[in-house]
Amino acid sequence: MLSINNLVAEVEGKTILKGLNLEVKPGEVHAIMGPNGAGKSTLGNVLAGRENYEKTDGTVTLDGKDIFELEPEERAAEGMFLAFQYPVEIPGVSNLEFLKASIDAISKYRGVEAPDSVSFMKKAREACKAVNLDQNFLKRGVNEGFSGGEKKRNEIMQMMLLEPKLCILDETDSGLDIDALQVVAKGVNELRSPDRAFVVVTHYQRLLDYIVPDYVHVLADGKIVKSGGKELALELEKKGYSWLEQEVA
Amino acid sequence: MSQAVDYIRESSELAQTLEAKTKTDWLADFRKQRLNAFAHSSFPTRKTEHFKYNNLSALTRQSFARLAEADSGDIKLPELAEQLDADRLVLVNGEYDSSLSKLEEQAITFYRDANADQKDFILEQLNKKNDKKNIFSLLNDSLTQDGILIEFNQAQTKPLHIIYVATESAQQKTTFANCLIRVAANCQATVVEHFATNKDATDNSLFNQSTQCVLNDNAHLNHYRLHLEEEHTIHFGELDFWLDAHSQLNSFHVGLGSQIKRLDINVYHQASGSHADLNGVYLSNAQQQIDYHTNVEHRVPHCTTQEIFRGIVGGSSKAVFNGRIHILQDAQKTLAELSNKNLLLSNKAEINTKPELEIYADDVQCAHGATVAKMDETSLFYLQSRGIPKSQAELMLSFGFINELIDGLKHQAVGDYLRPILANLFEQAA
Repeated sequence: MLSINNLVAEVEGKTILKGLNLEVKPGEVHAIMGPNGAGKSTLGNVLAGRENYEKTDGTVTLDGKDIFELEPEERAAEGMFLAFQYPVEIPGVSNLEFLKASIDAISKYRGVEAPDSVSFMKKAREACKAVNLDQNFLKRGVNEGFSGGEKKRNEIMQMMLLEPKLCILDETDSGLDIDALQVVAKGVNELRSPDRAFVVVTHYQRLLDYIVPDYVHVLADGKIVKSGGKELALELEKKGYSWLEQEVA
Repeated sequence: MSQAVDYIRESSELAQTLEAKTKTDWLADFRKQRLNAFAHSSFPTRKTEHFKYNNLSALTRQSFARLAEADSGDIKLPELAEQLDADRLVLVNGEYDSSLSKLEEQAITFYRDANADQKDFILEQLNKKNDKKNIFSLLNDSLTQDGILIEFNQAQTKPLHIIYVATESAQQKTTFANCLIRVAANCQATVVEHFATNKDATDNSLFNQSTQCVLNDNAHLNHYRLHLEEEHTIHFGELDFWLDAHSQLNSFHVGLGSQIKRLDINVYHQASGSHADLNGVYLSNAQQQIDYHTNVEHRVPHCTTQEIFRGIVGGSSKAVFNGRIHILQDAQKTLAELSNKNLLLSNKAEINTKPELEIYADDVQCAHGATVAKMDETSLFYLQSRGIPKSQAELMLSFGFINELIDGLKHQAVGDYLRPILANLFEQAA
């Protein structure tokens, strides 16, 4: 599904990703862990197409399509979803308006009919319920005045509505208490399916107790330096990252 | 080559002509004094601080020395007239139109019909305004042959919707209007001042309008002023609020750019305990100009002001926001906040924002901030990452920027009326 080959990327002239390789197949959950400054967030932002995150070498394809040929909104319409580490507050634009615009635009891109208002509302309410968000949140400005946990749950709620095929979670666990973490994890687990893949970027092993990955990769200095199964995460939790960095050096 | 028009001389002559057939002798001294000041003023140039950012050349290119007249032609009122359950006062080219008006609860009094008490009040109030820097205010005073006094003396249940319509017959002419609103002690009122044009005019009309609002002790006024005229209109407006003890003002403004549009708003806290919320949005595009000059004067202790204006400036248009807060020596324990945020949609658009704090008291809390920014890239990316194309995302964000204030309006009907108008403007601008 997602194929990253020798990806080199820079942010404001500074090279952050230095030849990253990753293969993600449908149904798989990949965890990407690593110390601060390793390039974890850069990876999510480069994939989603954020401005100033420039690919300088390598290729990334989503189901065979070169994503760098696509605008951020086209990548989304192709089925990529980035759950933000810091979801943005947009006062004056209601959540509902935002979600409807999103679904309408994606439907249009795919050449399918957008759901009518009634079925859209029904789905939106169900998604809210699934992540334990009060329905009043739909009427409020996007993330406006939401707590940290509410913002993250809102990300998962959007993910449920948009039903992407590739979900990238950028440190979705940061700033969450244990209850919110469980709600988020439950939402993600409900979405797991044979034709959907997840890339879970996280600093801590904790999230992986709830979202159990098929593969764990360690990102250090812009490269994946070690890959393994879920037990690798536990090892990292025990030993920290420094032994790996030494091993690589 | 046409000769440059001498606006001051022509307007002074117009005032003198009208004086000959006056129906309000008791205002003659007031007018004379103001006309004298006006006639001795010089026409503002780029070097005149008070009009520094206004391009007034339209007033010297052609004459506006004729007055617009009542027009009983086919007049289409703005849709808000239907949507808002309100009493309605309609002025066509500045003249009261009884057939389009619908005054069921609220009475009005023309200055020419005022009784002795009302005359005293009108004179007292008119004499209080004294903005010598503003020639358009002086001219309005000089031409106050008549006006409308609106007194809210009892519990008002319906808002009053005042609609000023300019028709095609007002083109290349001037309309003067003068309105004095008084909300009596312990009364509450809602007033919507709504400026509109009847049809797509292709030429200029000049509107010079003054509204004075007096809020007596513990009075509450919800006030809206909507400037939704088409873009060739020229407007000079003056709006003053006089706040007595414990009165509450909530005033909301919408201004669409036009050839020249300038509104000077003054809020005078003249007795303790009063509060003013002064909020607004302005939008300009193409070659338009829009200018809000606000001046809030805290003259006494224990008053509060919250002021928020937001502007979106596109095309080659120019917007001005001058927000002054003046805290006099006696005005201890004042709390005043002013925020002005602007969004620039193009490289040629211009915004001049100037918050001015003048504080002569030492125990006050006062804050101000002004920002000018382009579209927030992070917000834009957030919307795009959810599949929304960039151009549409830009529209949503611009609209959201002002909709935030519209969402907060007390009268939902006004917000519901404004949203599609504003949304449509954004789509055209894009």
